[in-house]
Amino acid sequence: MADILVVVEHQEGVFKKNTLSVVSAAKALAGLTGGEVDALVLGDSVAAVAGVAAGTGVRKVLLGEGAAFGKYLASTYAGAVAQVVKAGAYGAVFAPASTFGKDFMPRLSGLLDAPLASDIVGLEKVGDALRVKRPMYAGNAIGTVELVGGPLLFTVRQTAFDAAAMGGAKAPVEKVAVTAEAWGMAFVSRQETKSERPELTEARMIVSAGRGIKAQENFKLVEELADLLNAAIGASRAAVDAGWAPNDWQVGQTGKIVAPELYIALGISGAIQHLAGMKDSKVIVAINKDEEAPIFQVADYGLVADLFKAVPEMVAEIKKLKSA
Amino acid sequence: MKILVAIKPVPNPDEKVKIKGDGSGIVLDNIKMVVNPFCEIAVEEALRIREKLTGEVVVVTVGPKEGEQQVRTALAMGADRAVLVEAGTDLDSLAVAKVLAKVVADEKADLVLMGKQAVDDDNNQVGQILAAVLGWPQATFASKIEFAADNRKANVTREVDGGLETIEVALPAVVTTDLRLNEPRYASLPGIMKAKKKELKVVPLASLGVDTAPRVKVLSYAAPKQRAGGGRVADVAELVSKLKSEAKVL
Repeated sequence: MADILVVVEHQEGVFKKNTLSVVSAAKALAGLTGGEVDALVLGDSVAAVAGVAAGTGVRKVLLGEGAAFGKYLASTYAGAVAQVVKAGAYGAVFAPASTFGKDFMPRLSGLLDAPLASDIVGLEKVGDALRVKRPMYAGNAIGTVELVGGPLLFTVRQTAFDAAAMGGAKAPVEKVAVTAEAWGMAFVSRQETKSERPELTEARMIVSAGRGIKAQENFKLVEELADLLNAAIGASRAAVDAGWAPNDWQVGQTGKIVAPELYIALGISGAIQHLAGMKDSKVIVAINKDEEAPIFQVADYGLVADLFKAVPEMVAEIKKLKSA
Repeated sequence: MKILVAIKPVPNPDEKVKIKGDGSGIVLDNIKMVVNPFCEIAVEEALRIREKLTGEVVVVTVGPKEGEQQVRTALAMGADRAVLVEAGTDLDSLAVAKVLAKVVADEKADLVLMGKQAVDDDNNQVGQILAAVLGWPQATFASKIEFAADNRKANVTREVDGGLETIEVALPAVVTTDLRLNEPRYASLPGIMKAKKKELKVVPLASLGVDTAPRVKVLSYAAPKQRAGGGRVADVAELVSKLKSEAKVL
């Protein structure tokens, strides 16, 4: 089959690791259908990003630069990817199922009149036909999907594919000419949630809090435990809606999908929408006063307790363990 | 301002879905259909914009006739009238977007509002595809919409990974709504009574002349791997000890 293109995500010049899982997914398709995997980096002065992408095992990196790509816009990015897809006659395009990929990939689907499978978790071949697996209904059903026509477009659930190994032989970086059309859109500002902690989607451990935390200032307790474990902090929708936690901490069906080694849910009841975002974690701990809370059904270690008592105890126990 | 709000009926998201024994679909018997929660937020936002700037709010849905019930809910919230494009349930995102593009052109809307995703298929595609098909700006995952003084442009704050981002879009535009945009109102009893009399135009899909041949086909559904959860510990000491010696994560 024709070659495969991976659109690299970066935050203004900083390569994002979710692209590594996307490269793996693209290679899985290449293994089924043939074709080579190339990466595309769009931006302004982003040679460094292309340099990182070159070490992910792709055939080559295409670098499309220009001042107009300095700030991400769905219109300019979708338009530029469409140009590269046409010029290179690519048969498939992959991007992460992050707010980046979810924003411009459907627009690309509209531009190319091409089928898009969102948030995929698997690819397989049945006879000669490609079958795509993707979660639906908050992850309570896995759909098997067929795409008709092309090029095939995919956004990839990061937790479903292992990260491609970094630091292999460097692939060549090739400049490509792309033009930007903004279609009435302009960047105004960005308000970054500042944190020294690991990113939710990259953390080995996550401490998450829900309605049971009761107030924004009580997140101090969560922070203390998270810092001890070098964990990221998450939140349920209830905690975000209440204004106790920023929006990008939300774990769930419509927030972030995470699968860390350890997920500690504090005062989270476990609504279907929340479980959709964390039930693939390797080990789940739930601490909740309500012994009927549905979170306990997915927890490996459930503790029926008041989190305001249990968390300080946990901090003390882990400190003891660390100093032992 | 003329605002078109696209809505989708979905099975009540608070009920756990069951998959049919043969994997051909989802069991919908005795499941209540509701307006997709993100679409409800879109309806609410349209009403608030109309309250501020005057204009008209037109609700549109693409799907089976039974969707009339959810359309009436949106009318009961306060939308002015509705269009139901009667189609099967098998239309994919590209098809729905192309159908909506026709309706948008017919209605000459200044703004299209819709939910960022429907919580059944979890695709998160139609708004963006629609914007591409129309050649309009798009602003997805909106948590705030502010219009310029001349109402020709809007600043939209978007919930993105890492924080919040604000972009400016020239109107007409497609905006998809996220959770924190507003809290939708409940339909009042007089609203429900009035909704019964509001115009609801049913348009047969075939009359629009749109190619809706499926490009993304869901062939079957399966249950995800179930977690063997339900383990309990008596106290924090046991928890920490098990995390160390049994789970080996500490």
